[in-house]
Amino acid sequence: MDALTDDQVDALFRALADRTRRDIVARVIHREQSVSALAERYEMSFAAVQKHVSVLERASLVSKRRRGREQIVTADRDVVQRARAVLDSYEALWRHRADQITALLAED
Amino acid sequence: MTVRDHAIDRDALTLTFVAEFTAPVERVWQVWADPRQLERWWGPPEWPATFTRHELEPGGEMRYVMTGPDGETSAGWWRMTDVDAPHRLAFDDGFADADGNPVPDMPVTHAEARLEDAGEGTTRMTLVSTFPSLEALNELAQMGMVEGMSSAMAQIDALLAEG
Repeated sequence: MDALTDDQVDALFRALADRTRRDIVARVIHREQSVSALAERYEMSFAAVQKHVSVLERASLVSKRRRGREQIVTADRDVVQRARAVLDSYEALWRHRADQITALLAED
Repeated sequence: MTVRDHAIDRDALTLTFVAEFTAPVERVWQVWADPRQLERWWGPPEWPATFTRHELEPGGEMRYVMTGPDGETSAGWWRMTDVDAPHRLAFDDGFADADGNPVPDMPVTHAEARLEDAGEGTTRMTLVSTFPSLEALNELAQMGMVEGMSSAMAQIDALLAEG
């Protein structure tokens, strides 16, 4: 697994900081979807959803291509995996610590 | 223990971790305040920690050593920036050499823990880690400080599963 450059980490952090964007990644990793299909799922304008997709695109998490009048969004699984690895490391450590604290408290 | 949330701040380089424990705030505070309890949970798996200095007060210093499965050691230091028992503590957390002296070129993380009564005898602990730079975060991630920890799955995994 290649290490990420600082710029990549920066872009990933900003991209995944938003709940809607994480949700978009989750949906398109399952199967590619058009921006208009995504827009139907959220209570926000088409333009707002398109903006979220652009942020994800800049972070290389997703790519966009034209199909007729539609814009199709596809996830880059490799980049998503790498982003996950960076974020996982910290969550995993704290999850472990919280488990240890729980075990400690259970001894009372 | 229930993990409530795991979030990444939009602009600041912070990661937030929220957990709930079935014990009152004063009791959960003890897992930080008592070094013998603290060292039972601070180290990553197979890296138990021993605190050789423990001053839980503003400006106080902490020193600890973690011992790995092959006997190798990794030392660290904390400098307490804020302590307000039993609800809040904040500290800088860095790497130390074998003598416990801070290593200047290694990344320093700032951590803040808040404990609050979540009702019915439970305590919510919110932990916010702030990284000094993207470089530092990347470095910490690449150092594999949680190598071999595969049990935990990130929220992104859950999102992926929800698809």
